Amino acid sequence: MSTAKFPNSAAIAGVYEHPSRFSPNKTEFQIMAECAKGALDDAGLTREDVDGLFGASMSMGMMGIVDLAEYLDVRPDYLDGTNIGGSSFVSHVTHAAAAIHAGLCSTALVLYGSTAASNAMAIGTGGTDGSKNPDTAFSAPYGMTTVGSYAMYANLHMSKYGTSSEQLAEIAVTMRRHAGLNPLAKMRTPITVDDVLESRLISRPLHLLDCCIISDGGGAVVVTSLERAKDLRTKPVHLLGCGEAVQHQGVGDSDLLTIAAKQSGQAAMEMAGIKHSDVDFAMVYDSFTITVLATLENLGFCEPGEGGDFVSNGGIGLGGPLPVNPDGGGLSSNHPGMRGIFLVIEAAKQLRGECGDRQVTGAEIAIAHGTGGTIGDKHSGATLVLGTDR
Amino acid sequence: MNSITHPSPYASWETRGFWEGAGRDELVLQKCNTCELIQHRPRGVCAHCLDSSGLVHFVASGRGSIYSYTVTEQNQAKGFAEACPYIMAYVTLDEGPRLLTVIVDCEPDAVEIGVSVVADFVSQERDDDERFAIPVFRLV
Repeated sequence: MSTAKFPNSAAIAGVYEHPSRFSPNKTEFQIMAECAKGALDDAGLTREDVDGLFGASMSMGMMGIVDLAEYLDVRPDYLDGTNIGGSSFVSHVTHAAAAIHAGLCSTALVLYGSTAASNAMAIGTGGTDGSKNPDTAFSAPYGMTTVGSYAMYANLHMSKYGTSSEQLAEIAVTMRRHAGLNPLAKMRTPITVDDVLESRLISRPLHLLDCCIISDGGGAVVVTSLERAKDLRTKPVHLLGCGEAVQHQGVGDSDLLTIAAKQSGQAAMEMAGIKHSDVDFAMVYDSFTITVLATLENLGFCEPGEGGDFVSNGGIGLGGPLPVNPDGGGLSSNHPGMRGIFLVIEAAKQLRGECGDRQVTGAEIAIAHGTGGTIGDKHSGATLVLGTDR
Repeated sequence: MNSITHPSPYASWETRGFWEGAGRDELVLQKCNTCELIQHRPRGVCAHCLDSSGLVHFVASGRGSIYSYTVTEQNQAKGFAEACPYIMAYVTLDEGPRLLTVIVDCEPDAVEIGVSVVADFVSQERDDDERFAIPVFRLV
């Protein structure tokens, strides 16, 4: 049991992003295992140190976390297979910190692996199967798609606030510029606003280049007590605040433009005791360009309706007032289906000052927000506030 | 564009009032007589009372307005792939709740947020005795 106050009692001690963007000869679990080794090496720990196992993937269902424990031949004291979509791993960090604070485990491994690209998975436009599934019984008959849900959010935002396709395109252009500075990024050739607007429409108003790419990949994060992390190989990344939330259609009456980020972001920032101006950069789940705009508004970095101006003219670029996704995000670096783990990994690397050409100058406080599911239907949100070791 | 071939709805005991109502060309919603909540999607209980004692079905006006929409240019799902572009929309019903639907018999450029719409019903060919239909909407 820790005497430090939650969540400061826990820290991120190691991270690893799988370098591959296409792994046709690997399985999800193999990618997770390789990432586990990478993150444990980064922390200077071994498999034997792990007593908390956290993980989720596109194919892990009931018992999935047990299957993963067997694959790794580990018998941890604490298991958490929470799967709330792409935000799961942001949530896992919070859950791991809580378990560590409570003394239920001491060193947690958070894992993700995916072969979405080599499986040729149609994530955004695959449609909704199964009107027999109670969750999709009222969307499958109407041709709901992931991108369609986000597109309805975008259209409402445009109608209410005058947000333009050009402004959304600025987000894709900035992410691509960042990806050009990231040697691991899948798409590194610069694009222009016109390139985005001239790419084919997938679900109006969203174009192909408003959508994230599909890659393989995976990652791992090691969470341990701050006390222990201080003695390890790399500088600990401090956990300053965390929050989770869910938003859905309710009984058919919720405000579509209010997403989970509003609730989870406020909780995380209050816990951390920080103001928006304290945040040096943001890691934002960018499944689509509109996701970034919606998240920044709901996290309170600008007023509702001002997101279009906020993201334009380099506002979220490196060197701008709030750099977002210096790694190039899901729009250009990697998106193996559930991207949340990379938000944590890049935030940690930036706070450790290891990011070379894409390093955010003076990065001391980061916010990472994952969205899981679709903001135009139902989704989860998980926010972390992370800080340097000072 | 081809018209959509809607996947056949599956009616659980919680949801069959909606689909059966559509089979009679009626848009059926649920209301709780205990707390006055009108809810969609249908549930076995009033979501606020967590109890079914006051829950009844009623026939709604079938009128509403477009809350938001998207013209879907790409959907690989059976029944929709050939029908692209089609208009998927949220409609806010005059009774309050919002529902997901498609807007039919409308050029993609003619649809706008806020315009009035009215329900129509697409009958389903089935190999059982059920008579279900899919509520869709058209511009007034």
